Amino acid sequence: MSEKIDQAQVKKVAMLSRLDLTDSEVAEFTTQLSAILEYVEKMNTLDTENVQPLAHCLPITNCFRDDVVKESLGTEKVLANAPQRDEEFFKVPKILDDNSGA
Amino acid sequence: MTSDISYKVIVGLEIHVQLCTQTKMFCGCALQFGAQPNSRVCPVCLGMPGVLPVMNKHAYEYSVLVGLALNCKVAGFTKWDRKSYYYPDLPKNYQISQYDLPLSENGFIEIPLESGETKRIRITRAHLEEDAGKNLHTAGNFSQVDLNRTGTPLLEIVTEPDMSSGAEVKALAVELQRMVRYLGVSEADMQKGHMRFEPNINLVITKGGKEHKTAIVEVKNLNSFRALERSVDYEVQRQLDEFIDSGKVMEMGNKSTRGWDDDKQMTVLQRVKEEAHDYRYFPDPDLLPVELDDAWLEQIKSQLCELPIKKQIRYVSEYKLSDYDAGVLTADRSTAEFFEEAVKAGGDPKRVCNLITQVGLKLANEAGCGIAELSLTAENMSELAKMIDDGQVSASAGNTILEQMTKTDKAAQVIAEELNLIQKSDAGELEGIVEKVLAENPKAVEDVKSGGKKSKKAQGFLLGQVIQKTKGQANPKVVSEILSKKLS
Repeated sequence: MSEKIDQAQVKKVAMLSRLDLTDSEVAEFTTQLSAILEYVEKMNTLDTENVQPLAHCLPITNCFRDDVVKESLGTEKVLANAPQRDEEFFKVPKILDDNSGA
Repeated sequence: MTSDISYKVIVGLEIHVQLCTQTKMFCGCALQFGAQPNSRVCPVCLGMPGVLPVMNKHAYEYSVLVGLALNCKVAGFTKWDRKSYYYPDLPKNYQISQYDLPLSENGFIEIPLESGETKRIRITRAHLEEDAGKNLHTAGNFSQVDLNRTGTPLLEIVTEPDMSSGAEVKALAVELQRMVRYLGVSEADMQKGHMRFEPNINLVITKGGKEHKTAIVEVKNLNSFRALERSVDYEVQRQLDEFIDSGKVMEMGNKSTRGWDDDKQMTVLQRVKEEAHDYRYFPDPDLLPVELDDAWLEQIKSQLCELPIKKQIRYVSEYKLSDYDAGVLTADRSTAEFFEEAVKAGGDPKRVCNLITQVGLKLANEAGCGIAELSLTAENMSELAKMIDDGQVSASAGNTILEQMTKTDKAAQVIAEELNLIQKSDAGELEGIVEKVLAENPKAVEDVKSGGKKSKKAQGFLLGQVIQKTKGQANPKVVSEILSKKLS
C-alpha cells in the first residue's frame, strides 16, 4: 500500500514537536500515521461544496467574562512545579538565538 | 557608475499594541507593569492541563473600536487559532491568535506628512492575540522566565507596504499612538513596551532602465519611534550599498530577519531557523467564536470620537491655527478637549492656543499631569483670553495670571486686580501721562518729528517711558495711538 506519509515527513513533524524519535519509532509511527490519514481521507468522498468550514464543534458563540481581576496563584505556588527556579523566576536552559515574543 | 541608479523605498509595518484592560486576555490575572516576577500568574497562564481560557469582553470591544477607527471591515464572525510556539515564555507551546478570520481587515489610516498633507496607508488587518511572557538572559549560563506578561491582550495591526521612508513609518507609529490613546484602549507607553514595531523593508532599484528588487528585511521588536525610524533609514542605505557592491537582488535570497543594535545604530542579521516559521495554525477548540450583531456594533461605534488627525486638520481650517500648533493641541485628547471647551466658552482660538502651548503645557508638565487636570476651568481660560484680547491685561501679564490660576481657584479678573496687572486703557488718563513724557523728552520728540532712521527708535523710547511711568500698566496699543496722534 502506498503510504500517506513518509519517514522524512514524520521526522520533520517530530522535530517541529521537539520529539526525539529513534529510527524504529520513526518507522512505527510512519505506518500508524499513514493508517490514520487513510482513514480520515474517507471524508474526502463527501460533497462539501456548500458547507461552511466549521470553526467550532459546539453551536455556541460569545462566551465572555467581565474584565474583573481575580486573584492569581502567587509566586510560590506558580513556581511550585518548576523543575528549577532562580529566586522568583523559572530557571530554564539558556535560550540561544532568542526569537521569542508575540 | 551609480549615477544611473534611482530607487523607491517600500515599507510595511506590523505593530503590536497592548490594550489597557484590567485583566489578561483569557484569565482574570491583573495586568500590572513592574509587579513581582511570576506573581500575576494562574493555571491558565501556566498552560496547565484541563484549564479553560475565557475571553475578556473589554479586550474584544477595544479591538473592534480600533478596527473601526482604522476604517476596517469589522467581521461579524471571528474565531481563535493556535499558533505553534516553542519558547518557555508561553508554556502551553502555542500562542492564541487569529489566523483566517481576523476581527477586522481592509482599512486605512491617514498619516500627516511634513508637507502638511496627509497620506493614506492601507491596513491589511488588525487582530487580537495574547502576549508572551519575558525571557531574561542576564543571569549567567541559564535563562530566567517571568510569566506576568503572558496572556496580555495584544492588538496586532498589519499595514500594506505603502510607506516610503523612515519618516513616514515614524509618522504612522506616532499617529497610531495618538489614536489608541484618544480611544482610551491603550496607554501606548513606549517605555513599558505597550507598542512594538516590526517594519518590512525593501527597495525597487532602477538601474540602466531595468528594475531590481532587493530582498525584504524584517527588523524585529523595535520599541521606540527613534529606533523605528533609524532602523528603516539604515536598512535603505544598507540594501542600496549591498546592491551596488554585489548586485544582490530578491531572487538570490529570501526574506531575512534583523535586529536593531541601538549602541551601534545599525541592524544586525539574526539567525532564524527555517522551521521556526512553520506555525501550523489550527482552530482553538477551547475558545468559542465571536459573533458581532448590528446592535452590539452600533454600541461600540458610539464610543468612537473625532480622531486626532481629523481634529488637527480641522483646527487649521476652522481656527486658522498653524499645523504645528494644531499638532501640539491634538497630541492628547484631554488637551484638545480643554482647548475646544475654552473656545466654545468664547475665547479666541489663537489666543487660547497660545496660552495653552506657551504656558499651560509647561505648567502641566511641571505638575506631572495633563492640562485638564490642573485646577483650571475652560471658562476661566476663555475669560483670560478675552481679557488679553480686550487689552485689559498684556499678553505677558496673561501668562503670569495663568500661572496663578493654576495655583489658586481664583478667576482671571480677580488675580489681575490683586496683582495690579490691569492695563490702563483710558485714553484721557493716558493722554496726560503722554504729554508729561513728551515735555520731559524734547530731544526724542524732535527725532520723531524729523523722520528718518531715528524716528522709529525715538517713538519706541517714548512709548517705553510712558509704560514705565504707569509701572507697566499702560496698554501699549492705546499709548501708541496717542503718541502717533500727538507727534504727527
